[in-house]
Formats: sequence, structure tokens, C-alpha cells
Amino acid sequence: MRCDFADSLLQGYFDGELSGCRAAEFERHLRHCAHCATELVDLDLLRDRLQLAQLYEPATAALRRKINAPLHAIAPTTAVSRPLVWHWLAAAAALLFVATLLWRVGHGVRGDDYQAELAGEIVDALVRSQQPGQMNVIASNNERVVEGWLDGRARFAVPVRDFTNDGFALKGGRVDVIEGHAVAVLVYERNGRPINVFIWPTRERDSPPRTGSWQSFRWVDWRKGKKEFCAVSDVDPADLEHLHQLINSSA
Amino acid sequence: MNDFDAEDRLRFEQLVLPHVDAAFNLARWLLRSRADAEDVAQEALLRSYRFFRGFHGGDARAWLLQIVRNTCYTWLEKNRPMELSMEFDEELHLQTCATPETLDRKRLTMALETLPPRFREILVLRELEGCSYKEIAAITAIPIGTVMSSLSRARRQLHSAPVNSLQGARP
Repeated sequence: MRCDFADSLLQGYFDGELSGCRAAEFERHLRHCAHCATELVDLDLLRDRLQLAQLYEPATAALRRKINAPLHAIAPTTAVSRPLVWHWLAAAAALLFVATLLWRVGHGVRGDDYQAELAGEIVDALVRSQQPGQMNVIASNNERVVEGWLDGRARFAVPVRDFTNDGFALKGGRVDVIEGHAVAVLVYERNGRPINVFIWPTRERDSPPRTGSWQSFRWVDWRKGKKEFCAVSDVDPADLEHLHQLINSSA
Repeated sequence: MNDFDAEDRLRFEQLVLPHVDAAFNLARWLLRSRADAEDVAQEALLRSYRFFRGFHGGDARAWLLQIVRNTCYTWLEKNRPMELSMEFDEELHLQTCATPETLDRKRLTMALETLPPRFREILVLRELEGCSYKEIAAITAIPIGTVMSSLSRARRQLHSAPVNSLQGARP
């Protein structure tokens, strides 16, 4: 007669998956159960047969070649075909965090529910980044196109300049929301890395640049002409300072 | 290619590519064909590469095998839907293994291929790949209790493949 333990404990015991305690318990059972004792030997025989038969089939050389070739091709393709969207989305939460902090500093916001609100901001950013269709993103290196696109969405005039000749290529723009207010974001590329410049209206006077960092991101923040600018990226800090000067002298 | 991609690829090569054999072996046994396994394993690896950013550490082999398994089942549904409704059929198994001169490898291969895929994959993961119950449960998304009972059933059927062939297996 088949033992009830054959389908469970016996397999676990044979595979060494039982705890010491349960294994000892099962060994006591084995002494009295002929069925399990026989089946244990059968399991062992079967394992020997399987090993002897060498059923394991390793990957063929052709498969290894096939895998390696597309991997070399794929990495750049992903980076070239979706660089903007991907970088923007991946960095959205982190960048927004920095911008939110600055926004709060600028507005003197200090609250007990700071953490909860911040978490809400980050979740919002995440949700936004997962929206299909990229309604809030425009990819273009044309100053007028980006400016026109932002004009209809940001509720304040955003100066858009392309600095390709200085090594900061305009890649596009988007609108984001911080503390319930729309902010415009310009995206530049420096040596293949994106730089996000957040821009929002302010009543404060012009201010010199402040710099800081959060995780791997660095930021430069300044105010000019009733607008606050915050450039965030993981590029060299000198590059951020350079971009700040370019924007400041053109604004 | 920028730094992030290069870094990503290096990590992929270090963590995932060592398990190409495991990927191919599982696909080969689920699809019962080396040619199909080559295509599907390749597809699964490219997919795992595309979604590598979603892998947050842990057991890379289990993660990859999960993708291989899902890709195999999707492929089977599309190309051989009948196989997924395959049931235990010990009669068929005994008939196919009746020729005395068949090598044990062939007998076991046939016995294994006659198992319904859900039992076959568990046996392959345990006996050929050496996965723990916990890993098998993670890869196949079934409870550990079911892993044990499926293993028991699969092993019993495989064991009933004629054993007298061990000598025949040696040339």
C-alpha cells in the first residue's frame, strides 16, 4: 500500500529539503514503512540513471553566437531610439525630488506632513512617467517648436535656447507639476547625458547660483527675471555651471 | 553607447549570461526540440536583456528561468496548443519504451518528453538544473507542496521506464 508520506516528506527528505528536525522525524517513520524505504532506493536509482544518461543539454555554440551578436547591437539601439523618453522617465522621480526641495526652500514651506507630501510628489511623478503617449513631452531640437509647445501648457513664458554650438544640445521639453504648480522643463544633452532644467515663475529677486547634490545628481539653482531655474544632472559640475552661464546670459 | 548602458551590459553579462545553459536546457525540455529551444531561448534572453532594469538583484538564474519558462509557454500556446492539455498517459509511455535495444538515454528522454509539461519542467529544474524547492516554486509560481507532489508523480512515471537498459546504455 502506498504511504501518504511518499508524495511529500519522502521527496523532501530525498532532496535534502527537510529541516533537521523533520528529517529526523521522517527517519523514524522510515524504520517502520517498507513502502517509503523501497521508494527511497528507487529515487536514488532514478537519479543515478538520469545522471548517467547525461540529459542536461547545454546551450549550443550557435545560440551563444546568436545571443552575443544582438546584445552588441541592442544596447546602442535602445539608447539611440528612446534616449530622451527613457532618461527622462528614469530620472523623473529623482529630479523632481531635487526640484521639490528647492521649491520648498524658495517658498519657505516647512510642514509636519513634509514626508507624506513628498512621497505623494514622487508617486505622482512615477504615475506621470508611466502614462502612455507621452502627452507632456516634446522631443525637438528646434527652439521655436519647443517654446511654442511649452507656451500652451506652462502658463508662463519660457525662454528656450539651443546651445548646440557650446556643447549643450537642446533635446526637447516637458511640463511637470511641483506642489500643484506647473513647471516647465527643458532637456539638454551633454556628452550623451541629459540635463534637465526646471523653470518656474517666482516673485523673488534675482539670485546668484546655489549648488548642491542629491544621490548621484547635482543641481545648480538661480533666479533671474522673476523666474527660478534649476539645472539637474549627473554630468560634471563644471558643465552645469557652464550651462547656467549660457542660460543666464541669454535670458 | 553611454556609461549607463555599458554598466548595464556588464552587469547583465556577469549575472545573467552564465545561465545560458540553464535557459537552453529548460527550453529544450519544455519544447522537446533543440531547434525550437534555440529560437525560444534566444528570444527569452533578449527579452531578459530588455527588461534587465527591472531585475533588482537576487537569484538571477531563477529570474532568467522564469522568463524562459513564460516564453516557452507562450510559444507552445501559439504553435502547439494541444501539448498544454497533455495528461498523464502511462500506457503511451510504456509503448514508446518497448524496444529493447534503445539506449537508456533515449528511453529516459522519451519518458521525460511524455510527461505533461508542468510535471516535466519541475523534474528538469530539480534533477538536471539542481534547483531547490524554493527556487522551483519561484520559477513556476506554484506552492512548495505542489512542487513536492508533482516531483513525486513525475519521478514515479520516469522510474517505470525499463531499467534493464543500463548495460545497453554503454557502447
